[in-house]
Amino acid sequence: MKIHEYQAKAILARHGVPVPRGEVAFNAGEAAEIARRLGTSVVVVKAQIHAGGRGKGGGVKLAKSPEQAEKIARDMIGMTLVTHQTGPEGRTVGRVLIEEGLQMTRELYLSIVLDRAAGKPAIMASAAGGMDIEEVAEKSPEKIVRVYIDPGVGIVPFEARQLGFGIGLDGAQVQKFVKVVTALYDAYLATDASLLEINPLVVTQGGDLLALDAKMNFDDNAMYRHTDIRDLRDLGEEDPLEIEASKFSLNYIHLDGNIGCMVNGAGLAMATMDIIKLAGGEPANFLDVGGGANAEQIRNAFKILMSDKNVKAVLINIFGGILRCDILAQGVIAAVKELGVPVPIVIRMEGTNVEEGKRLLRESGMKLTTADSMDEAATSVVTLAG
Amino acid sequence: MSILIDKNTRLLVQGLTGREGTFHAKAAAAYGTTVVGGVTPGKGGTKHEGWPIFDTVRDAVKQTGANASVIFVPPPFAADAVMEAADAGLALVVCITEGIPTLDMMRAMTFLKEHPATRLVGPNCPGLISPGKAKAGIIPANICKEGRIGIVSKSGTLTYEAIHQLTRLGMGQTTCIGIGGDPLIGTSHIDALKLFAADPETDAVIMIGEIGGTAEEDAAAWIKAHFKKPVVGFIAGQTAPPGRRMGHAGAIIAGGKGTAAEKMAALTSAGVKVVKSPADMGRAIQELV
Repeated sequence: MKIHEYQAKAILARHGVPVPRGEVAFNAGEAAEIARRLGTSVVVVKAQIHAGGRGKGGGVKLAKSPEQAEKIARDMIGMTLVTHQTGPEGRTVGRVLIEEGLQMTRELYLSIVLDRAAGKPAIMASAAGGMDIEEVAEKSPEKIVRVYIDPGVGIVPFEARQLGFGIGLDGAQVQKFVKVVTALYDAYLATDASLLEINPLVVTQGGDLLALDAKMNFDDNAMYRHTDIRDLRDLGEEDPLEIEASKFSLNYIHLDGNIGCMVNGAGLAMATMDIIKLAGGEPANFLDVGGGANAEQIRNAFKILMSDKNVKAVLINIFGGILRCDILAQGVIAAVKELGVPVPIVIRMEGTNVEEGKRLLRESGMKLTTADSMDEAATSVVTLAG
Repeated sequence: MSILIDKNTRLLVQGLTGREGTFHAKAAAAYGTTVVGGVTPGKGGTKHEGWPIFDTVRDAVKQTGANASVIFVPPPFAADAVMEAADAGLALVVCITEGIPTLDMMRAMTFLKEHPATRLVGPNCPGLISPGKAKAGIIPANICKEGRIGIVSKSGTLTYEAIHQLTRLGMGQTTCIGIGGDPLIGTSHIDALKLFAADPETDAVIMIGEIGGTAEEDAAAWIKAHFKKPVVGFIAGQTAPPGRRMGHAGAIIAGGKGTAAEKMAALTSAGVKVVKSPADMGRAIQELV
């Protein structure tokens, strides 16, 4: 799960990470008011979308008066912001962060993420802040300093010092840096974050360290114990079909192709997309109905597939383990009865109760194409999609 | 032979009294697995479907001589169950549960390092089966056949697909092991390959990976240096968009890393026969053996 910059900064501030003063505005009037309250000669107006690269796309602007902040906010709210992370369709800006302007001397990078191979959180720091860290990692990996934290021990000050001195901070700055890193690690553990990134972490003219930007992603599996964070979800940032699917606990990702697919199991669902592509087609989605799907969920999944107007044919690929093929067949029959068969449907099923499932489909009298193997199913659905 | 489970397995079911636990305990027993009992805290001393239930794994091990456990407890309690099983000294712990918070698993993995006698398989996996001998988990037994091919896979239903293709071609399996699709798992591809390498009855292996992480690349390097048996590889997610979590918590291309293309290239250069289509796994093995 993702949240906005201003929300991430609020969480980090609660854990003791210093952040600039600022507030979120949903309209131009609020923006002017906040700028007035901040009272600094310069304020920054920052578009809040769940994607990076906002500055280059025109989503971060300086204002020298509350009136100017108001005008910038008016233009920004409602605009479609395109960055290298949004794709060509961009995102609509719904809110802006108004923040005090700061004089800074250095821009640093700091992040925490799970290192899967090490099985530990890795804290990374770099003197090359304000840049895309993946670019830094590729072009000048020596500029990135990394420590791995023992989860049983937690962060130890020397680890933070290694990072601080490693990116060229002086003794006084390192003292402050240790506090920031420790607070950041606290926030990482307390919120079940999957990624925590401050880019840039700035050194101000007064020598203070501040998180000028902040990005937090969370572990979806842990959100049951963080209802406060779950409430920060911004539905405006999500695909409407994906929102609908999430209501039924369906794992659905909307893609650009025209062949809808419904599969049980994430690996098989990915493999089904792959084989559609190999057969010359383009998948319209990823959809894993899960191992324990019932007829009702199959019906909902089918409805969601059908609401994608690009879909010209559907491939249902089920390997019945826990999910029995007869249950699947009942779900499909119920859905088709309700919605009709607007596009050709190819069904390939195998595993538990497959004969019973096939019999139900045959006797339903519905116009469905059945296939015995994955490659046969893929070839047939690609042909039918035209 | 087979790896990890066989006729000597004495299986404990953590969460036996739940719906999933009951269903799969019965299926395992029906397949001939020795299921010795269950653990559900608070229900110790009772019986469920004829099996004794214990409050703690330690009690259960003492009373039943269990040497393995399979875990069907809900995500908030699953990491706890893994650690309890390790503490009781079980040699094999298979965690089926999907949706365990990563930080819980990170703590469990740290705990497991202090308990090197315990091997964890999973979590978020279908478990394992040695056809004709025993099973621990949810792999449907009816599609399996005793034979000489090993399977190791991150994905559940894709494992079934591979088993089915082999069985249809008349080729049986020694052991099929689903290692799970989470970012942190107990048994890696390499761990499973090491076991298959030492098993004289396994002639060849199907290895199934998916996008995310570097486990497949690591396995490729290990295969190149150490593994002498033929391997067929398939990587799911060749068409997955970057930055999106594809169902499994671990299946995500992050920062341009963990793509199927990189993994396929690494495996190919290690001498693995990599198939682009998931429909070709069985046929490819047939050609190699």
